[in-house]
Amino acid sequence: MNLSSRKFIVGLIFLVVGILFIIRLFNVQILDDKYKSESEDNVLRKEIQYPARGLIYDRKGELLVYNEAAYDLMVLPRQVKEIDTLAFCKLLEIEKEEFLKKFLEAKNYSRYKSSTFLKEISSISYANIQEQLYRYPGFFVQTRTLRKYPRNSAAHILGYIGEVNQKVIDNNSYYKSGDYIGKSGLEYSYEELLRGTRGVKRVLVDVHNREKGSYLDGAKDTMAVTGTILYTTLDIVLQEYGELLMQNKKGSIVAIEPKTGEILSLVSAPNYDPNMLVGRAVKQNYPILSRDTMNPLFNRALMAKYPPGSIFKTVQALVGMQAGVINEEASFPCIKSLVNCHNHPRATSVSSSIKMSCNPYYYSVFKRLIQQKRAKSIYKDSEIGLGIWSKQIKKFGFGVRLATDLPGINSGYVPDVGFYNRWYGEGRWAFSTIYSLSIGQGEVGVIPLQMANLSAIIANQGYYYVPHFIKVIDKVDSIPYQFARKESVGVDKKYFLPIVEGMYRVVNEPGGTARRAKIMESILVCGKTGTAQNPHGEDHSVFIAFAPKENPQIAIAVFVENAGFGGTWAAPIASLMIEQYLTDSISNKNLRKQQRILDANLLNVKVKK
Amino acid sequence: MRNYKSIFTNVDWFTILLYLILVFVGWINIYAAVYNEEHYSIFDVTQRYGKQLMWIGLALLIAFVILLVDSQFFTSFAIPIYGVVLLSLVGVLFLGVKINGATSWFQFGSIKIQPSEFAKFAASLALAKYLSAINIKMKDIKTKVMAAVIIGLPAVLILLQNDTGSTLVYAAFIFVLYREGLSGNILLFGILAILVFVLTLIFGPVDIILTAAFAYIAIYTLMKYDVKVAFISVLVFSGLVYAFSHFELSPNVLYYFLAGAIFFLMVYLITKKEMKNKAVHYLGILIFILTCSYVFSIDFAFNKVLKEHQRTRITVLLGEEDKLIEQIEALKVERDEEGVSKEEKQKIRDDIGAKRYSLKELRQGNGWNIKQSLIAIGSGGFTGKGFLEGTQTKFNFVPEQSTDFIFCTIGEEWGFLGTFFLVSIYIALFLRILFLAERQRSIFSRVYGYAVASILFFHFLINIGMTIGLAPVIGIPLPFISYGGSSLWSFTILLFVFIKLDSERLLVLR
Repeated sequence: MNLSSRKFIVGLIFLVVGILFIIRLFNVQILDDKYKSESEDNVLRKEIQYPARGLIYDRKGELLVYNEAAYDLMVLPRQVKEIDTLAFCKLLEIEKEEFLKKFLEAKNYSRYKSSTFLKEISSISYANIQEQLYRYPGFFVQTRTLRKYPRNSAAHILGYIGEVNQKVIDNNSYYKSGDYIGKSGLEYSYEELLRGTRGVKRVLVDVHNREKGSYLDGAKDTMAVTGTILYTTLDIVLQEYGELLMQNKKGSIVAIEPKTGEILSLVSAPNYDPNMLVGRAVKQNYPILSRDTMNPLFNRALMAKYPPGSIFKTVQALVGMQAGVINEEASFPCIKSLVNCHNHPRATSVSSSIKMSCNPYYYSVFKRLIQQKRAKSIYKDSEIGLGIWSKQIKKFGFGVRLATDLPGINSGYVPDVGFYNRWYGEGRWAFSTIYSLSIGQGEVGVIPLQMANLSAIIANQGYYYVPHFIKVIDKVDSIPYQFARKESVGVDKKYFLPIVEGMYRVVNEPGGTARRAKIMESILVCGKTGTAQNPHGEDHSVFIAFAPKENPQIAIAVFVENAGFGGTWAAPIASLMIEQYLTDSISNKNLRKQQRILDANLLNVKVKK
Repeated sequence: MRNYKSIFTNVDWFTILLYLILVFVGWINIYAAVYNEEHYSIFDVTQRYGKQLMWIGLALLIAFVILLVDSQFFTSFAIPIYGVVLLSLVGVLFLGVKINGATSWFQFGSIKIQPSEFAKFAASLALAKYLSAINIKMKDIKTKVMAAVIIGLPAVLILLQNDTGSTLVYAAFIFVLYREGLSGNILLFGILAILVFVLTLIFGPVDIILTAAFAYIAIYTLMKYDVKVAFISVLVFSGLVYAFSHFELSPNVLYYFLAGAIFFLMVYLITKKEMKNKAVHYLGILIFILTCSYVFSIDFAFNKVLKEHQRTRITVLLGEEDKLIEQIEALKVERDEEGVSKEEKQKIRDDIGAKRYSLKELRQGNGWNIKQSLIAIGSGGFTGKGFLEGTQTKFNFVPEQSTDFIFCTIGEEWGFLGTFFLVSIYIALFLRILFLAERQRSIFSRVYGYAVASILFFHFLINIGMTIGLAPVIGIPLPFISYGGSSLWSFTILLFVFIKLDSERLLVLR
């Protein structure tokens, strides 16, 4: 055998191996795409840039809500290697079981997507952790912000933010698991403005997960856009004062600037410190608040429906005059057999009826309104009368949802024909069945915001703007159209004069029901007391007011639960609020009044059986 | 005749050109592999690329000196050189420093020398010297034994240094011996044995035996023109496979049934009266039985004899993560069965532990390295990511980038164009050396030339094969490219001694 032919065999083996390598390289480098994406996965990490949430200010530029940096520890399970678990747990100050549990959760969520491992690390422990983190590949820190409330008040208005739930994630592609969203209050209503726009930064990381610079010099990165700044109509000083006055009481205060519908303060008592529902503390505090029998999370000013009581008489008088069933000189005797009343001289005009709050007077007014003799049958007649009446009442913002900018508002209730037909049957009710509506009792229900709005309507003599919290969005001086639209109540301006006069006399004349609401000679307060009957206990104390009489700056409603007659508690609280707002202080003369309110504890009033 | 002019006119410039290209490619890619912005100058001698430039300079000096030396020197001093290197291999066992688990380095101050790198050269010289002696024939048993000793001595000494990779290189000499007259069957046998080994690990012993037996019968019967029997046996086999998949019979039952049927068929064929020369048939049966035992012994050797880390290298190569997980699960079931004695349980537990370790190694150790290496090369695409733009390289996803895995950097940054170019240059170099070796008048030069080509080829085969997942992870350098003075110098000496021998081929009449 000629051995030299073997050179071909050896050469062939070399050549075949070379060709095999080239085929393999062709496969790996050209035909198979997976390596390209795997190499990108290796080095590319998408970092979400969370924008700072918009700040919230009060009407005078006081900061109400700001952000504080918080650090979340994220984990990418795929990149986690053998680590010293004990040292890591010590660093994070968690138990080993917790570590294992959280890690399993993260792994179950995704091996390839990062998820939050530990939330809201304090900046001190963050510094520690960051220093050591290079030892634990797969873990990195993401910065986000927490809301802080420097004034510790207005919790119901500002609301709180929390993690999005699955339902939101499913319906809105913007949110991902672990994102934060406004859950209540203004945080909820203006979520889309406040949240800003997220950015994405693509960074290159090395095998130890250390950042090595930006990808394509940041060409594909997007910047986070900070949330819009909200300027609210709130006067935080007034708000805090209101909350102070309402301590140890149940109820609410709503103060509105009548000319604009801007809500100056909205107090619901009892309340809570908004900082309680921030970050990790939520888990602990929320159950405490929600189980509290005093129900501090419940925003009474918007959600609690009460019978309005005597303040409703102003509306009845206005509607009566507009309908022509009475004029301002109308005089009715105080016949206590019709409906119970207190001792007072006969009311000989609308204004004196307001001043003395005569119940039988309004019995008669309401009777004329309901029975206008438009049909022979008194049942039919009542039906027609009530139909006209309830339509007119709703124009005052009663029984309708005032489209304000806080969620969860109650519409209150104004009974209409349909309601009584369902309740008693058609043709089986008449004025005598429903007369308690005349003095704001019975089926009618209003929320404190509607009461304040009534006060604003009277101050404005015939119109209102939907009460709202938004004053300026960012820097553009524009607010949503719904808040800039004048709503007329369909009652002529002239009919308001006797009402204003009557409310003036309530506070300022001897025999008025709310002499306690008087502040000083220079500020003329107009007001109307009310006592809402409460079948469950002591009556509720109601007072609406506006001031000054000429060119009113503030309209207010105060509602104190289980406090009895309106003039006793609600009226002085309203007067203090007005004084505080108009003069920025409480005069010496009224300090005793203030002290009396602060000392009062109306929480433990005995409940009637 | 001996003047400088003739030295340089007779050298094979083509080989030198290929050499220079490879060295240059190596230097550039070492720069890319360890590039850092603080030391951006490619001449910075504190960095590997700067150092490699120094090694290259020294290598060129060595090459120049070799060309100056009379080629007689190498033939005359072949055995002394071999002796000195063997001594140094022994010496390093006692005086060397340990790096990466291998005691293969002498340290002189800051300079480290790896004698095993030069042992390849020495063994080549010694083998060439021995085989070129008068009256040496490859057929003789004595020749075979002597050749094996010459190759085996350094191999064993290097194995003692715990440097398995460098030891394996000595397998390359089989090409030299083959060219010099070793039976081709041995080469074929070696290749087949490796092939069966790998196939067995992939498909399991029973499948391989069945397939082999079936192929044997089919070919055998066809050769006897017994088309009918061939046809029927194929039909029966296919029918059984179909029935198996249809009725979902336990695979073991079917396999043993099939094996029995095939064996019966073979016996029938062989004992048929018309068949003559039964000795051949019995030989066939014997080979079959031997194959079966070999296949089973592979299974046995793999699972019982090999150490876990060695097993892992092979499992990694075969990418059998799933199989490993399956085995662990099966062992767990076995462990939890009732009636297993305590000792057995402990044994199973140890097994599970070992397999878990393999799995970890597969995911994080060698397996991870191979994966990252493939990602680097694969993500290069057609044209590559560009010089210094390789993310896998730059961000250290690939291990040992400047030494054993330098091919990844080339694949990632230069793409298929780069790898195709490099593989072509290598193949051209190997074939050129073979061509040069064949034109030698002296047996010494030819044997030496084959040794050079085979050694370079083996490095090329294992190193690139490893990075693209075709060979197990064995750390040996890529000739002329990988970073490192010792390996560059040893390959340079290896090659340039041959160039020198070739340049003076006309002068010798040995």
